[in-house]
Amino acid sequence: MKPFTYERVATPAEAAAAALKNPKARFIAGGTNLLDLMKLEIEVPPHLIDINRLGLDKIKETDQGGLRIGALVRNTDLAADRRVRKDYAVLSRALLSGASGQLRNKATTAGNLLQRTRCPYFYDPTMPCNKRAPGSGCSALQGFNRNLAILGTSDQCIATHPSDMAVAMRLLDATVETVHADGRTRAIPIASFHRLPGTTPHIETDLAPGELITAVVLPPPLGGTHIYRKVRDRASYAFALVSVAAVLQRDGTGRAAFGGLAHKPWRVEAAEARMAQGPKAVADAVLAGARTTPQNAFKTVLAERTLAAVFEQARA
Amino acid sequence: MDEDFIPVSRRGILAGGVATATIATAPASAQDSPQDRPPPSATTRLKVNGRTMTLTVDTRTTLLDALREHAHLTGAKKGCDHGQCGACTVLVAGRRINSCLTLAAMHDGDEITTIEGLGRPDDLHPLQAAFVAHDSYQCGYCTPGQICSAAGMLAELKAGVPSHVSADLDDPRATADEVRERMSGNICRCGAYSNIIEAISEVGGIKA
Repeated sequence: MKPFTYERVATPAEAAAAALKNPKARFIAGGTNLLDLMKLEIEVPPHLIDINRLGLDKIKETDQGGLRIGALVRNTDLAADRRVRKDYAVLSRALLSGASGQLRNKATTAGNLLQRTRCPYFYDPTMPCNKRAPGSGCSALQGFNRNLAILGTSDQCIATHPSDMAVAMRLLDATVETVHADGRTRAIPIASFHRLPGTTPHIETDLAPGELITAVVLPPPLGGTHIYRKVRDRASYAFALVSVAAVLQRDGTGRAAFGGLAHKPWRVEAAEARMAQGPKAVADAVLAGARTTPQNAFKTVLAERTLAAVFEQARA
Repeated sequence: MDEDFIPVSRRGILAGGVATATIATAPASAQDSPQDRPPPSATTRLKVNGRTMTLTVDTRTTLLDALREHAHLTGAKKGCDHGQCGACTVLVAGRRINSCLTLAAMHDGDEITTIEGLGRPDDLHPLQAAFVAHDSYQCGYCTPGQICSAAGMLAELKAGVPSHVSADLDDPRATADEVRERMSGNICRCGAYSNIIEAISEVGGIKA
């Protein structure tokens, strides 16, 4: 790890001021991904701003009938919250399918959204990677890319977003609330929060430097049957090959979002209009633009079959 | 630390010897280079197994390294050092975490329980006794993490925290399948899993 200075802050205003003073600083909350990357010197912040004591660890009901989830609510606590279990079960299920018990106890809601890809070349400082070292090239295009993206890719990056939680947040149309270093606040729809790689794969979200996530807001509950189905190489504690978050209604309508396929949670609203025609019709529309490699072409088939399994599970 | 007496370990003597040698051989002209400036430090007050200790450490010090190298509690183990194996699991305010993926500085004021604080050789924690009775290890390296994790896990189960394999999110059942899923963050390279499940199940009143 490279040396860094460290400070604890007590209020979002203090955090903002610290970020303004140290433009290269990083906020640290759970730290489960940031410290992992700092040990490998993939992240080398000269200064850490510890935001764990900001008090953003509450889940409150909103006037609109939804929930405002503080940025620092731990994954375990969010998954176990009585209101989340009852009205947003797909979010509980997504959280519980990710990481391990120890990691979920530490990892935060905002940090989960900001976690970085597990592309093996991003994690290997000896290999070119446009995300880690812009302009150095993408080793994955011709390399081991079995678990990498098939949708929304560019010729500079085919990394996937690793989060399960974010897939459920996208399905539920969550909003990310932030505060800028100068005190301005804004609300970012989750659909535009994560970026596609394009020519700047190192820029992964819409956040400005020093902008701090304060909460993630869920709209009122959708009702229906909530399912999160994750397919992976082992039964527990592994990232998704493909995952499907879905809310299906009795009248045949519903929503579906996919994980493991792209640089961001993947949801095609137009495809959801085909829900009544069954999983194949939906999957065909979602996967229409897929660009696969010989190693990851199986993901198109797996995505369709996983969606079919979700439909079946909802009927059961 | 507020302790008067710290037993000097063989490792401590070796480390001290190396440090002395380094200072003795450093050329005087290099004294002002950035390399010789001490790295940034942070002060943190930890309550470990009931004893309060104030540590001033390099900011890079993980909670695991603070426990092992500064508090001289070597029960928690460094396996992968990346949160993948669980050998470093300790309890912070009763919750299990990977101590390798958090900084000591982030735990100012926190109550930490390591394997040394769960039980003593003459007064074993029920999980420690069960691991002995069920022969739940071979090399033993993962065992402190397994036991701390199991203690945290059984508390989570008791509090009704659901898991990936809970059929009903509102009513997680105490089953061997639940134990297996909830303990997936602890790897045992020797493969003593079946006996680990038996020991944990016995203490948790679960049918293995």
